[in-house]
Amino acid sequence: MITVNETLGQYSELFMLLAALTYTVSFIAFAADLVRAQKITTAPAEPAQEPALATTGAPGTVEWTHGAGAVGKANDHHNAVVDDAMGYKALRRPAARIGVAVGILGLVVHAAGVVTRGMAAHRVPWGNMYEFTTTGAMLVMAVFLTTLLFRDLRFLGTFITGLVLVMLMAGAIAFPTPVAQLIPALQSYWLIIHVSVAVLSAAIFTLTFALSVLQLAKTRQEKRGKPRTAGLLRLVPSPVSLEQLAYRLNAVGFILWTFTLMAGAIWAEAAWGRYWGWDTKEVWTFVIWVVYAGYLHARATRGWDGTRAAWLSIIGYLCVIFNFAVVNVYFPGLHSYSGL
Amino acid sequence: MTTTNLPPQNPREDVALPRLGPAGMLRWAWRQLTSMKTALQLLLLLAVAAVPGSLFPQRPANPAVVTQYIQDNPGTGPWLDRFQLFDVYSSVWFSAIYLLLFISLIGCVIPRAMQHWKALRSQPPRTPRRLSRLPEYGTMTVAAGTALTPDRAIEDAARILRQRGYRVQLRDTGTDLPSVAAERGYLKEAGNLVFHTAMIGVLVSIAVGGMFGYRGQKLIIEGEGFTNSEPGYDSFFPGTSFNPGALVPFSLTLNNFDVTFDRKPASYGNPIDFTADMTVQDSPSDAPRQETLRVNEPIGFGGTNVYLIGNGYAPEITVRDGEGNIALQGPVPALPTDATYNSTIVIKAPDARPDQLGFVGFFLPTAMVDENGVAFGSDPDPYNPQLNLNSYTGDLGLDDGNPVSVYQLDTTELTQLNGRDLPDGGIVLGAYQTYELPDGKGSITFDGLKRYVALDIVYDPGKAGALVFTTLALLGLIITLTTARRRVWIRAGKHEDGRTMVEYGLLARGEDHSLAKEAIRIGSALTTHWNKAHDQNRQATP
Repeated sequence: MITVNETLGQYSELFMLLAALTYTVSFIAFAADLVRAQKITTAPAEPAQEPALATTGAPGTVEWTHGAGAVGKANDHHNAVVDDAMGYKALRRPAARIGVAVGILGLVVHAAGVVTRGMAAHRVPWGNMYEFTTTGAMLVMAVFLTTLLFRDLRFLGTFITGLVLVMLMAGAIAFPTPVAQLIPALQSYWLIIHVSVAVLSAAIFTLTFALSVLQLAKTRQEKRGKPRTAGLLRLVPSPVSLEQLAYRLNAVGFILWTFTLMAGAIWAEAAWGRYWGWDTKEVWTFVIWVVYAGYLHARATRGWDGTRAAWLSIIGYLCVIFNFAVVNVYFPGLHSYSGL
Repeated sequence: MTTTNLPPQNPREDVALPRLGPAGMLRWAWRQLTSMKTALQLLLLLAVAAVPGSLFPQRPANPAVVTQYIQDNPGTGPWLDRFQLFDVYSSVWFSAIYLLLFISLIGCVIPRAMQHWKALRSQPPRTPRRLSRLPEYGTMTVAAGTALTPDRAIEDAARILRQRGYRVQLRDTGTDLPSVAAERGYLKEAGNLVFHTAMIGVLVSIAVGGMFGYRGQKLIIEGEGFTNSEPGYDSFFPGTSFNPGALVPFSLTLNNFDVTFDRKPASYGNPIDFTADMTVQDSPSDAPRQETLRVNEPIGFGGTNVYLIGNGYAPEITVRDGEGNIALQGPVPALPTDATYNSTIVIKAPDARPDQLGFVGFFLPTAMVDENGVAFGSDPDPYNPQLNLNSYTGDLGLDDGNPVSVYQLDTTELTQLNGRDLPDGGIVLGAYQTYELPDGKGSITFDGLKRYVALDIVYDPGKAGALVFTTLALLGLIITLTTARRRVWIRAGKHEDGRTMVEYGLLARGEDHSLAKEAIRIGSALTTHWNKAHDQNRQATP
């Protein structure tokens, strides 16, 4: 008989607390970065060449020029600090660097909390609302930091660390659940697969939600004719580049969500004898899937890209939150595993 | 789905709209339905239409809750029912949306598949006159004095493009301006088509399951058995085209049912294991074998699976009637109402004479008494099992042939013998105790306790198809969302001064965020190649 290790469970809670404190420091640093960026009056020196016009001059036989064709790609925001490829040129952002470094430290401590929780229960640490929230928060942070390797999304730092803090607090205050063994319905290897991928795609949708909100804010700012450089959105890139990145991430999120749905159906077949039964949780998983499918179609439909697509991305994420926070807790159904 | 490229608007206003006629109207309606915009609107409508099914109780999942809801809301209930809000997923409006969506999908997939089939067998399109108009464009100049002729340059380019997975075709070789046209990423469209076609397959599989499958429920008490036949079920839901031949003749007996509850203080009383020990036979002629049935681990008989869905207690009862004869003896299943297995129980003794006897009440596995003297259950394990019953006598209403649930007793026509408000009080029976009913109507004894399992037995012939098609859909989705479809053209020519001039242009078809990167890669591959070739030439001819 497996027994839970309560001492380890207490260590896990301590790690979670330490992670939250570390994230608070990271949050403050990212916020300072946004505030400081408002004060930059002139853009740093432009590079000699237009950034999109990369010349690879070969000394000798072949002379090569690659540049934008008829579709203008040149950076026309002369006063902006960020170009369409989300490059920040030579802009120094010490506060943001601190935010990332402390954030990484926070993630390490957070991961220790999640892992000890799993070790304490001798199973994967996602079996009730407390665990969904803390593991989900960890994945949100991990996805964010991983994306930083490819794109400079540090302008999202305040949002992400803020959200992760809220999730950790919600886990501790609203859903505190002691370490325990799983009820029989959850004793399946599909728990490992289905729930982990669901939480991962939710973490990706979190990122695209933030990008889409900023896309709308930035579009609005441009429409009002305000200088593009004003306010806290100073560091935020153009709506077009936000939309493109959101699309790429949403495509990955959609693939993972499709897999979540499939894995859930296979598990439901094993547990309840039917792969689809319109249980409340299934309904909302389906609704989310259709909304993001709509988003992908909208991106290829004239008149639906841009702002409308961004709204769909936002609605999709609100459905994800609803599915998690409201359906799990308040809706009766077969998926009532919240442990509340 | 179809991305429509609108034809340029005719600027002349004197052109009258052509009269459409019935065929034209149909064509117009078809084009509207299969347009991307309509598909998108139907998709969003489908998402909205699915929501009410999570807000209102649904008949297929929980018919009793729906009946209760309508009774509790006499004003709104019938109206909600009229608009099929208790049967959302089989409602006219929900079906209309998804059927239109699928028609739109078919109307889109077929022409696209034919187009793609053509594209697969045709060569990349001809080289545009002005490559500089393409989204990615670049030029290269190879110094005079190298052996690189325009034809040679194009052959090199074609080889490099082929290595990068392009389908290439050389154009105008031997002329002043030879060029190569290249295209890659045909899989993007193929994956997209596979995804959408697989969606149709999923829908068909669901329909097949709904037509030819069946689903039934059976409650089995320890020591009892079940043979798969329609009358053997407690409730049976055949598909619309169900054939009784689909019933596999298996049988099973529940030998023992084990339940383990968590005894850690923090999670006290949570179930952590349900194990049903069964003896099964695939058919009457097969040898019996032992099987373990657990949650998440169904037992299969061919395509028919047996699932452990629920469990509870069945107190063993003996009812003696007014004449002293045994009117009922055996386990009676009690339905759990909460996590501590506090259960409702209905006991009917229609054989009791001179009057039939009925009992309604609670079964508590571990009974305790609170400060008000009310009994409550405190533990899911049977540490102090107790029956709290009211008793009734009269005509139980079982003899007029109408089917009545065994878990319900209509007491309106009966005479109550025992109850909290009556002088004789309610019946409280501990283990092995007997209670003598008032007025010499008989007695009831609590003899012992058994457990039972609630089984779902399901045959769904569409299941395998649904799995195959969803897997195909996922694969198609991954391919279409991760592949880029691109066209590249490279043209070469000789300048008067002897230099070889090369220009290239790239075009993305659909979403492509790394077209610029691809252009750089191709450009640098060509540059490197020609630089190296020239160096080698120089070394070869000092």
